[in-house]
Amino acid sequence: MLDLLSRIATERSDDAFRRLFEHFAPRIAGYMMRHGADAATAEELAQETLLTVWCKAGLYSPDKGTPVTWIFTIARNLRINSLRKEVCWQQLSNEQAEAIPAEDETPDNATFVRQRQTRVQAVLATLPADQREVITLAFIDGLPQRDIAERLSLPLGTVKSRMRLAYQKVRDALKDLK
Amino acid sequence: MSSMISRHPHDATLMSFAAGSLPEPLAASVSAHVSMCARCHDEMRDMELIGTELLRELPATSVCERKMEVPNRPTEAPSLGGRLPGSGRIADRLPAPIARKYGLASDGIPWRAWKRYGTGFWYHRLALSPGVKGDLRLVKVAPGCKMPWHGHGGAELTLVLEGAYADESGEFRRGDMQDVDEETEHEPVADKELGCICLFATD
Repeated sequence: MLDLLSRIATERSDDAFRRLFEHFAPRIAGYMMRHGADAATAEELAQETLLTVWCKAGLYSPDKGTPVTWIFTIARNLRINSLRKEVCWQQLSNEQAEAIPAEDETPDNATFVRQRQTRVQAVLATLPADQREVITLAFIDGLPQRDIAERLSLPLGTVKSRMRLAYQKVRDALKDLK
Repeated sequence: MSSMISRHPHDATLMSFAAGSLPEPLAASVSAHVSMCARCHDEMRDMELIGTELLRELPATSVCERKMEVPNRPTEAPSLGGRLPGSGRIADRLPAPIARKYGLASDGIPWRAWKRYGTGFWYHRLALSPGVKGDLRLVKVAPGCKMPWHGHGGAELTLVLEGAYADESGEFRRGDMQDVDEETEHEPVADKELGCICLFATD
């Protein structure tokens, strides 16, 4: 996936875009449908997400990094704006960067992001089922902590601690890459 | 500057924000903190990697059957995002996301826009999207005054924009965020010399 994204950014590869689209479009559409979109709207938002990846990748210089997290963040923001009809307070990484003093920026080159993504993947593969369930409800179903607690009949504090424990594992796995 | 920020939202709060599942007023507040705090900015990027990974791993069976058409790509990339109108005159004391959204400057809120509430306490309410529960407001507390808000019905995020305040758990300065829930009881008092201006959000 990371290779596809960097080929889209650097070579403007149609083939890479097609393969990225074929993998992600049905999944993004599924994500949108979980949030109440009908099939046509879900498809439209999936196309818009991936077209935005294509366009943003073209604006991005390869030495600055790879648009690796964009698929999720663009889909997330479209969901908040288009389906929830709320203000989307989450900025995309390249928009956010300007607000952070330069000396505090972490290196964001392609290799760096790739290593991080690989490790996140490894952590998720071994995550206890109860933690994975909670983070999936947060990230994919977009449920607030209170709703997750209700859905799983758990105290709110348990939901928070499962999220924290899951992230702690990710944080530990990424520590030496800082 | 951001290296001086020492109080952050809880991991679960930042994670819900990255997931796009934090209620709107709390999301506004975390967004403002993230714009000031390099640590939380970086952690959020890592949390977004979790989202990408979970999305990538979604089973294909859970989605619509029909094969989608690959859209045509524009040959020339259009300019996306860019600066929002009004961003040129933002005072540097108000976090960029808040200033942009509400067209405010922290030193430019007209005096009459602040509503007085008790002694030494003013607030300016910020509008939320229709139907959204909770509350988002700027509050200004005179030096040495106790903050009057209380009785936590739910989550409560306080972000210091100017001055400082302290409670049993320590001191909060510009950029610091206090993340409390219904179980927390505290008695924050504004700094004796500076008072404070905070962004205050509840769900």
